This record gives sequence, structure tokens and C-alpha cells, in this order.
Amino acid sequence: MAEQTKLLEIKDLKKHFRIKKGGFNKHQTVKAVDGVTLDIFKGETLGLVGESGCGKTTLGRTIIRLYEPTSGTIIYDGKPIFDSEQNIAEKMLPYRRKMQIIFQDPSASLDPRMTVGEIVGEALDIHKLCTGKGEREARIKKLLDEVGLNTEHSNRFPHEFSGGQQQRIGIARALAVEPEFIVCDEPISALDVSIQSQVVNMLEDLQEQLGLTYLFIAHDISVVRHISNRIGVMYLGNLVELAESYELYRNPIHPYTKTLMSAVPIPDPVVTRSRERLILEGDIPSPIDPPSGCKFHTRCPYATERCKEENPVFRDYGGGHYAACHLLEK
Amino acid sequence: MLIYIAKRLGAAIATLLLIMTITFFLMNTIPGSPFLTEKSTPQQIELANQKYGLDKPLIVQLKNYLVNYCKGDLGVSLKMQEGTPVKDILFKQGKFGLSMRLGLLAVLVAVILGIPLGCLAAYKRGTWIDGLLRVLTTVGVAIPTFVLAATLLIYLGVKAQLLPVLSGSLTNWKAYIMPVISLSFYDVCYIAKLTRTSMLDAINQDYIRTAKAKGVKNKWIVLKHALRNSLIPVVTFLGPLIAFIITGSFVVETTFSIPGLGKYFVESVINRDYTVIMATTFVVSILVIVMNLVVDIVYKVIDPRITLSSTDE
Repeated sequence: MAEQTKLLEIKDLKKHFRIKKGGFNKHQTVKAVDGVTLDIFKGETLGLVGESGCGKTTLGRTIIRLYEPTSGTIIYDGKPIFDSEQNIAEKMLPYRRKMQIIFQDPSASLDPRMTVGEIVGEALDIHKLCTGKGEREARIKKLLDEVGLNTEHSNRFPHEFSGGQQQRIGIARALAVEPEFIVCDEPISALDVSIQSQVVNMLEDLQEQLGLTYLFIAHDISVVRHISNRIGVMYLGNLVELAESYELYRNPIHPYTKTLMSAVPIPDPVVTRSRERLILEGDIPSPIDPPSGCKFHTRCPYATERCKEENPVFRDYGGGHYAACHLLEK
Repeated sequence: MLIYIAKRLGAAIATLLLIMTITFFLMNTIPGSPFLTEKSTPQQIELANQKYGLDKPLIVQLKNYLVNYCKGDLGVSLKMQEGTPVKDILFKQGKFGLSMRLGLLAVLVAVILGIPLGCLAAYKRGTWIDGLLRVLTTVGVAIPTFVLAATLLIYLGVKAQLLPVLSGSLTNWKAYIMPVISLSFYDVCYIAKLTRTSMLDAINQDYIRTAKAKGVKNKWIVLKHALRNSLIPVVTFLGPLIAFIITGSFVVETTFSIPGLGKYFVESVINRDYTVIMATTFVVSILVIVMNLVVDIVYKVIDPRITLSSTDE
């Protein structure tokens, strides 16, 4: 994995939400994504992990501009599609063909009033990917077949399918426009464990066949490790560590990643008993009023005075192993 | 589907029977009789009672009503238009037609204005447009019909003389304007409120995000994905509304002097014109029951997740 082309370059991306609080015109800002810098290479799977509420989903949705970014830069395949400093905000329609998303909750993400054929076909119509009715039908059938669904089922409604099948419909829908990049936003966390592996394997097969690039968001590190080439760890709207999958698992350098890794269950009682379990104290702070300096300092066992004041820089500590921590700079 | 309709039909007949029975006994608990006037002598009253069978036990009278209704005979008016068949009064004299024309127009206005206004408010949520509409619709559902009707009458009819004060039999398009506004104003506001709420609910659903990810334009997201999914509460409200509004409103028909069914119905109660009361109740009940059935079937069309009966699965 030496020379790779960048498919997506994300620089200092921020997404803040304004929420109403209390009386008239009192607004507060939730800093869901607060300055993420990240490259995604062609053909890779980048895993993204973190606690609930750390901004993983928001980041995924902001990258494909389902949410309008507050500031920062998104460059897709060398072309800036969003740049807050140069006031670039490209029309997304052509990019909707290239970037797709698979949502967490398969049943909620499919319009209950449309048949499977309509759901998949709508994307084909918008991007004018089919010329005739016959071709459209054929395309829909092929897509359903690709995700392992019965091609005869295109006249059925989403509620007539099981959760795993619904997620397959969601995947077929995303694949309909022949995208290059897919954000998989916790695509398996709503599914039964028995179905999870089927869907993960299918996503891997599709990636191989179609040369897809994935941003795979999950909170289950074991799954992410299995599917990802690289893994990014998020905490309170920031990326705290990013490294190749194996490297991150074997040698986490950020204190937060270390605690995360120690929480992964290992199906071996001997190892489990002997290993050191790091437990974080306190809850994840509110993104409305995040801690100063390093956002992790309130829960970090090694925090120093400097951590409270100065925000650590996210930098390469060798071999593409990025982290943001003052302790590493010594 | 057939089993479902048969079941519903059975339930409808039972409902109708119950309504007619209750109405009959309630009607008979009102003191007085259709033949009681200042001039009438006890002999005259007794004679009239014998003539129309009012001397028989109540249960026999009820049976006679029901048997005759099964034959399609609604009886003759006892007092208001003595001797005239009720069927003719309701249908041939155009009372029903008049109220229905007015009512359907009002429903149409309520739907055509209410749903888009609700969509607009939801789409512009949090802006001044939404705020303005919220105030207007809240005021709209709070104003009683008779206040609105009288106000319109005074300002547009009497003072400005723009529109006819007496609407009469609605021979002129101008005559429709004020009655239709009065009839539909509440419903426009209520439907707008309903649509707004359920649209907002739909807009925050995941499938809207899916549509956006596909590249569907905002306008189509609202029309195709959000609206279709948010119409259920509106349809629920519309069913009974149509039934009631087309059978006439006493207030509006009285205010604008329209000889419609709503006005006639109330007058029949005041006059104890038993046969007219029973027949009108019968017709209105059938309409309400039919509309409810239609609503249930429309649900199925709007939302494929709804199954009509357990045997439908």
C-alpha cells in the first residue's frame, strides 16, 4: 500500500448544529464535527470508530454533503466540491452519482410507500442512467440479484422484507448509480448477529468486484478491524488517531484508543483475565460546551496542565500512523 | 377483500340499527307532538295520532320505521309539509343537493388550501412564514362559524354590498362565496395544522435523507416522499368531514338563508316532525358510515403497510 491515489481529501471539516435552548432566540451550538482532516484513498476501506455521539455519523453525512459543512474543505478526485475559504459549494447532483451512503436503520431509510423497484429505479431516473423501460427493468433486476435478493420481488414494499433483506435493498439502491465511494453508516448495527456477517461479506465482495471505496462507520471495533484497511478513531468531533488497521490494533498510541482497545472482548478467558483493562472515568462531555485544549483531558489518566490549555496537533508519528496527543511529542 | 367488505357491511347495518333506535327513543322523550298547536283539540290530536300510527306502542312504531326503510319508504312529513313524502322533500326539492353542492365546494377549498399551506409551513419551518401561518391557523380553528359568517355578512354583504346578503338557492356564483368561506375556514386551518405536523414528522425520517442522497430535488422530496407519507391523518379527518359538511350546516344555512338540509333538519326537530327527523338521521348516518369505509380503503392505497383485515395477510 505504498503509492495510493487520494479519492477524497478532507481538510479541517467542521459541522456545527444550532439548537434552540430555553426561551426566545437562545441558540447553542453543538460542535458535532470540529475540525477533521482526513484522506481517503481509492479502493480502501477506512473504518471510523468512536463512542455514540462522537460525530462519526455526522462526519459521514457531511463528507457527502447530506449536511452542509460549517467550514472546511472537501476535495473529491482532485476537484474541490466544498471550500469555505474560497466560497466553493459545487452542485451535488453529479457527485450524488459518485458518492453514496448506506444508512444504519434499513427500515426507516426506505420510503414505505414505494416498491423496491421504485426505490432502486428512482436513482436511475434522476441520473438518467437508463434509456428505455426494458433497460430500466433489467438494471433493477441485476441490482437486486447482485445483493442477493429475489429479482421477482421488485414489486413488493419494504415492510414485506426482513431487516437483513431491507439492508440489501438499501445497498442495491446505493449501488444503482454505480458510485465510486460509499459511506457505510453503521450498516450492520441494526441487524441480527447472524445476518451481520452476511452483509459484511457481501460488502467486501462488492468492493472487490466494483472497485469501491468505503468509509465504514461502526462502534464495533472487531467488525471494523475485519473490514478496514485503515481505522480512524473519533472523540468528541475530532479524529484522535488514524493508522493502518493492524498497526492501530497492535500498537495504539493515543490514550483514548488504548482504552477502546482494552474494551474489545477477546474470546479467550485466559487472555481476558490476564490483560489489563483500562476503564475511563466519567461520561463523554457534551459537544455543546466541549473541554478546552485537548478534548480528552477530562477523562485522560495522563492529562497534564498543557493538555487543558493547548489543542494537540494531529500529526504523523511514522508510517502513516497519525495521532493527536501532547504526550507523544516528547 | 370480499370478506372484509362483507364484515364491514354487517357492522354498518348494526351501527345503523343502533343509531336509528337511539334517535327514535330520544326523539320521543322530547315533550310535545307534531300535532300539538294552540288551536288543536284533544280529539283532533287523537285523530291525527291514529292516522299516522302514533297511538301504537313505541316498539311497534320503531319496527314500522325500520321495515319501511328497508323497503326504501321514508314516510311522509307529519307537520312541516304535511303529507309530502320525505324522500321528495330531501331529494326532489333540492335540499340535499343544495347542501351537498355547498359542502363539496367547501371540502374542495379546505383540501386545496389546507394541504399546500401545511406543506409550506413545514417547508419553511421556523421562518416568519411558518410563524404567520401558525397564528392564522390557530385563530382560524378558534373562531366560531357563526361569528365568522355574521362578520362576513355585515362587512362584505351589508356594508360593502359586494356580495348578496341572501344566498337563497345558490343560483349565482357570488352567492356561494360567503357560505363556502364560512363553511371551510375552520377546516382549511385544521387541515393546514395537521399537514404541517405530519409533514415535519415525515421530513425528519431517514428515507428523506435517502432521497437526498439519491439526488432527488428538494421540491420532489417534499412532494413525492414527504407528502405521500404524511397524508394519513388528513385522510382520517376528511372522511367524516365530508359526510358532515355535505349534509349541511345549520349555522351557515341559517345565516345566509339557504334552504338546505342542515337548516331543515334542525327545524324538523323543533317542529317534532318525527318522520323527517328519522329520515334525515338515516341518510346522514349512511353517508358517515360509507365515508368511513371509503377512508379505510383509501388508507390502504396511501400506505401499503396497512392491511385491511387479518385475513388480508
